[in-house]
Amino acid sequence: MTVTKTEALPVRSGDDVVRVRQRVRALAVEIGLGLVDQTKIITAASELARNTLDYGGGGDVRMETVLAGTRKGLRLTFEDQGPGIADIEQAMTDHYTSGGGLGLGLGGAKRLSNEFHIESTPGSGTRVTIARWK
Amino acid sequence: MSTDGAGVLERILTEDEAAILDAWNTALREGASLQGGRIREAELRTQAKAVLGQLRDALASNSLDADGEGFAPLRETLADISRSRAIQGFTPTDTANFVFSLKEPIFEALRRSADVDASTLAAGVWAAGKVLDRLGLHTMEVFLASREEVIGRQGQEIAELSTPVVRLWDGILALPLIGTLDSARTGVVMENLLQAIVDEEAEIAIIDITGVPTVDTLVAQHLLKTVAAARLMGADCIVSGIRPQIAQTMVHLGVELNVVSKATLADAFAVALKRTGRKVVRQQAPAEERR
Ligand SMILES: Nc1ncnc2c1ncn2[C@@H]1O[C@H](COP(=O)(O)OP(=O)(O)OP(=O)(O)O)[C@@H](O)[C@H]1O
Ligand SMILES: [Mg+2]
Repeated sequence: MTVTKTEALPVRSGDDVVRVRQRVRALAVEIGLGLVDQTKIITAASELARNTLDYGGGGDVRMETVLAGTRKGLRLTFEDQGPGIADIEQAMTDHYTSGGGLGLGLGGAKRLSNEFHIESTPGSGTRVTIARWK
Repeated sequence: MSTDGAGVLERILTEDEAAILDAWNTALREGASLQGGRIREAELRTQAKAVLGQLRDALASNSLDADGEGFAPLRETLADISRSRAIQGFTPTDTANFVFSLKEPIFEALRRSADVDASTLAAGVWAAGKVLDRLGLHTMEVFLASREEVIGRQGQEIAELSTPVVRLWDGILALPLIGTLDSARTGVVMENLLQAIVDEEAEIAIIDITGVPTVDTLVAQHLLKTVAAARLMGADCIVSGIRPQIAQTMVHLGVELNVVSKATLADAFAVALKRTGRKVVRQQAPAEERR
C-alpha cells in the first residue's frame, strides 16, 4: 500500500472541526468516493475530531490518500496527548459517555468505516485511525 | 533636510493647489477609483480636496512625521475614508492608490515650479515620498481592520438570519435549518422556535434539515433536545429533509430521533395539515365555475 498524499490539520477548536470535515469532504471527492461513502467518512471524522477536542484536550489529524493495488482509499489518524482511555471496551460500548453525549461517536465511527483502530495509553494520549475504501 | 522638505512641500501645495488637485482627480478617475459607480465623482473630489488641505496644514507644523501630532487630523480623515471604502467593497489596491496617486501630481508641481533648484527639488520629492508612503500604509491598516470588523459582523448576522422560524399556517411552524449546527447556534435556534411556538400557539413544528450538510451525534443530540423542548411547550415536531445518505449514516451511528420524519418539507406540511384537521384540494375546473 502506498500513500499518495498526506495532509495535516490541527484540532483545537470548534472551527477546526468544521475545517476537518470540509477537508475530508474534498479528499473523499478527490479519490472518487460516492455520495454515501463521502457522508460516512465525513461523519466519522466529525465524531473523532470532536472527541479529540472534547476529551483529548485538542490534538491533530493526519489525512492520507492511499493506494492498494488499484484501490483508492482515505485514511485518517486522530491523535491527542490527553488523559487517554483506561477502558477502551467500555468507551466503545454504545451509549457509554463520560461527558453527557449520546455515547455513540466511537462505535458509530467504527461502523461508518472499513477499518478502525484505536490505541490509548492512560496519562499519555489516544490515537484513532480509520479508513474508507472506494 | 527634512524640515526643508516639509517647507518646500507646504509652499508648493499652497501655490499650486488647483493644478495639483486637478491632476490628482484625473489620476483617481483613470485609476478606476470610482469602482464602477461605488462612489460618486463629486464625493471623490470632496475627499481629495479635504485631504490636500489637511496635508498642507500638517506640513505647516514643519514636520514630516506622519505618525506625529500635526498629522492627527489628516490620519483621522484618511481612516474615515478607508473605513467607508472597506464597507463599499473596494479592493485594497484601490484604497491604497487613493493616497499613492497623489505623488505624481506633487512631483509634477515641484518640477514645474520656477524658483526650485535641484537640491530643493530633491528635498521636496524625498519629503513627499516619505510622508505619502507612511500615510498610504496607515490607510491600508485601517482598511484591513475594518474589513475584519465587517466579516465578524456578517458572521453574527448570518447566524441569526439562518435560523428563522416561518409560520406556514395557523398553528403550523417551519424551521429550515441551514449550515453547521454548533452548540451556540442550536441555542439560538431553540430559543427562536420555543418563542414562536408560544406566540403562534403552534401545534406542529416542522424542522427541515435539507440544508444541514452533516448529521453527527452532536447535531442529533441538538435535534433531540429541540424536539423534547418543543414537546414540553405543547407542540409536536416533524423532521423533514433527511437525505438518503444522511438517513443511512444515522442508522450506522445508531441515533434514533423518535419523531415522524418525511422526505420533503412539502410532505411534512401535508401531514401537519391533516393532523390539524385540514386538507388541500384542487379548485373546481374554472369552466364549470363560470356556468
Ligand atoms: N480522545 C479521547 N480521549 C479520552 N477519552 C476519550 C477520547 N475519545 C473518547 N473518549 C471517551 O470515550 C467515551 C465515548 O466516546 P463516544 O464518542 O463514543 O461518546 P461521546 O463523545 O461521549 O458522545 P457522542 O460522541 O455520542 O456525542 C467518551 O465519553 C470519553 O469518555
Ligand atoms: Mg464522541
